[in-house]
Amino acid sequence: MKGSDVAVSNVSKSFGSFAALKDVSVSINKGEFYSLLGPSGCGKTTLLRLIAGFEDPDRGQITIDGADVLGLPPDKRHCNTVFQSYALFPHLSVFENVAFPLRIRKVPSRLIKELVFKHLELVQLEAHADKKPSQLSGGQKQRVAIARALINEPSVLLLDEPLSALDAKLRQHMLMELDAIHDKVGITFIYVTHDQQEALSVSDRIAVMNAGKVLQIGSPQQIYENPASEFVARFIGEANLFTGVVTRREGSLNLVDTDGFGPLLVDDETEVAVGDRIVATIRPEKIRISTERLEGPNINVLHGVVHEPVYSGFQTKYIIRADSGSLLTVFRQHANWSEGIPDIEWKDEVFLSFSARDMVIVERNPG
Amino acid sequence: MKRNYGFAYAAPQALWLTVFFAAPILIIIVYSFLKKGLYGGVEPQFSLEAYSALANPTLLAVAFRTLWVSVAATVLTILIALPCGYSIARARNQAVRLFLVIVPFWTNFLVRIYAWIAILGNEGFLNHALRFLGFRAEGYQFLYNQGAVILVLIYMYLPYAILPLFSTIDKFDFSLLEAARDLGASRMQSYVRVMLPNIKPGIFTAVLFTFIPIFGAYAVPLLIGGKDSYMLGNVIADQVTKTRNWPLASSISMTVTLITAILVFLFALRKPKEQKLVRDQEALSQSVSGGAA
Repeated sequence: MKGSDVAVSNVSKSFGSFAALKDVSVSINKGEFYSLLGPSGCGKTTLLRLIAGFEDPDRGQITIDGADVLGLPPDKRHCNTVFQSYALFPHLSVFENVAFPLRIRKVPSRLIKELVFKHLELVQLEAHADKKPSQLSGGQKQRVAIARALINEPSVLLLDEPLSALDAKLRQHMLMELDAIHDKVGITFIYVTHDQQEALSVSDRIAVMNAGKVLQIGSPQQIYENPASEFVARFIGEANLFTGVVTRREGSLNLVDTDGFGPLLVDDETEVAVGDRIVATIRPEKIRISTERLEGPNINVLHGVVHEPVYSGFQTKYIIRADSGSLLTVFRQHANWSEGIPDIEWKDEVFLSFSARDMVIVERNPG
Repeated sequence: MKRNYGFAYAAPQALWLTVFFAAPILIIIVYSFLKKGLYGGVEPQFSLEAYSALANPTLLAVAFRTLWVSVAATVLTILIALPCGYSIARARNQAVRLFLVIVPFWTNFLVRIYAWIAILGNEGFLNHALRFLGFRAEGYQFLYNQGAVILVLIYMYLPYAILPLFSTIDKFDFSLLEAARDLGASRMQSYVRVMLPNIKPGIFTAVLFTFIPIFGAYAVPLLIGGKDSYMLGNVIADQVTKTRNWPLASSISMTVTLITAILVFLFALRKPKEQKLVRDQEALSQSVSGGAA
C-alpha cells in the first residue's frame, strides 16, 4: 500500500472561548478512505486543518508515518488538500494551476508537461488545459483541484467537503469518480463531510463527530447497523427511537417497557440490568408494514394508522401513528410492483412487525 | 422615437471640464509656441524658442532627477503600502484603521510639510531626541537633501497607495494563500506568485495615484529639499515667478504632461499575459536545456 498512516492523539483546539476539538484521537491506516462525518461546527474541518498544518493544536500530538509533524508548515507536510471552495488560482490556466506545485519545486518543464497531462487525464480534463478556472463548471473546477492536489504525489489527500458546492446528481457522479481515483492512486484519503450518504457509500471507515468529540469510529456497516449513541443513530440515516426501562433479561433478550409503545423485545449483547433506563432504536427499512398481523418468535408487533405516506419512486416512506399516539417511520421498497401487492394508503390501518434482533440499544442509564 | 436627453445631464460636467481643464491646457499649449515678453507675459509671435531651450543640460539634469526621485518614491510607497493594505484587509477593526489612514487629510498639505520641518530640522524633535539619548550635540542635518524629499513625498502619498491596495486586497480570496502553502509554496512565494498577480489592478491604480502627483511635486522639494533636490515643478514655478519666461514654463509643463501621459499609456497597454509569459519561459528553459544536452 502507498500512502501514510496518520495518528491524531488527544488533540484539543480552541478558538477563543469556543472549544472546536476536545481530546480527539483517531488513527488512520495507510491507503484508507477515512471519513470525518458530523454536523457543521462539530470540529471535523478543524481536525483536517490541523493535519494539513494550517492550525496548531493547543494540546496533543499528530504524527504521519510515526513522525511528529507539529510545527511543520503546510508546505513541509506530505499531504495536500482539496478545498471546499476549490481555491483555484484565478490568474492561472488549468494547466498552470495543476503545474503550480511543480513550478515551485523547479521541475524541468518537459517533465511538468508530462506530469500535468497525466493528472489531467486522471480527472478527464486534458481537453481543457488552456482554460481559465472562470470558464469551467463546478464539477470541472473540482476536478482541477483534485488533479492539483495529487500532482505532488502526496501520501495523504485531505478533502474538505469537496462535493458540497455541486448539485445532487453531479455529486453522486463525482463521488464514484473520487472512489475510482482512490483505487487508482492508493494513497490515504481523509474526507470531511456532513453528508452521511456520501460517507457511507465510499468510506472504509468513518469517525462520527459532534461538538468537538469523536462519538464512534467504525466501518459504514458498523456505524449504520450498530450506532453507539442516540446522536449517531439519529444523525446517520433515519431511526425510530424507543425509551424505556428493562423489566426482564434472559441471555441477550430484554423485555423493555417503553414510553408510548408498551412492552417491546430487544435482543442486544449490550450489558444491561433489570431496572436500567435505555434507548433502543430500529431502522425504518427493518420494519415490515402489512395490513395483516404477522406473528413469530421474538417479533414485536405494533398497530397503527398511516399518518403520512411519502412516495419517492423506489420506495414509500410511511409515517405511522401508533395506537399510543406516537409516530414511527417505516420504509417499504417497491420491488415486484407487477405482482399487484395492494398498496397501503393514507388512513389505512396497519400492523408493524420487527424482529427483536434488529433492535439496537444505543444509550444505557443504570437504574 | 424616444428623445435622448443624455447630453443635458452631461452638459454641466462638459462645461466645467472645458472652462477649468481644457481651456487652461490650451492656453499653456499656445503660450509654449510664443515668444517671451520682455517683462514676463508673451509676444503674439510664433516661436519654437521655448522648446529649443529645453535642450539645456541643467534642465535635463533636473528632469532626470525628477524621474528617478518619482520612481524611487513610488516604488518605496508601494512597498510600504502593500503590507499596510494587507494588514487592514485582514484586520477585524478595518473601519478604525482606514479612519487612521484618512485622518492626515484633515490637516492642510502645507501644514503637514511644516510639521516634517519641525521633526527633521536642526533644532527639531528628532535632533532633540538624539541629543537626549547622547548622540552628537551639534545635531544632524536631516533636511534639505534628496533623502528628506523622498521621505516626505512617501509620507504625503502613502494614503493614495494604501486605499486602492486595501480595496483590492480586501476582495482577494485569502484561502488561495493557504492553497499555495498547501501545494508547497513558502509564505513569501505564496504572496509573490498568488497574491500579487491577483491584486494587479490595485497595484496599477496605486502606482498611478502616487507617481503622477509625485512627478509634478512642487511644495515638498521647495520646502524640504535643498538646491540639489529641485524638481521640474520648481523649475516651472521659477520660470513663471522669477525668470518670468512664460513660454519656457509652458513648454516644460507640456513636456512633463506628455511624458506622464505616455508613461501612463504604456503602463496601461502593458496587458499582463501570464500564459504568454509562461510559454516564453518554457521555450527559454527548453532551449537552455536543449543547449546543455
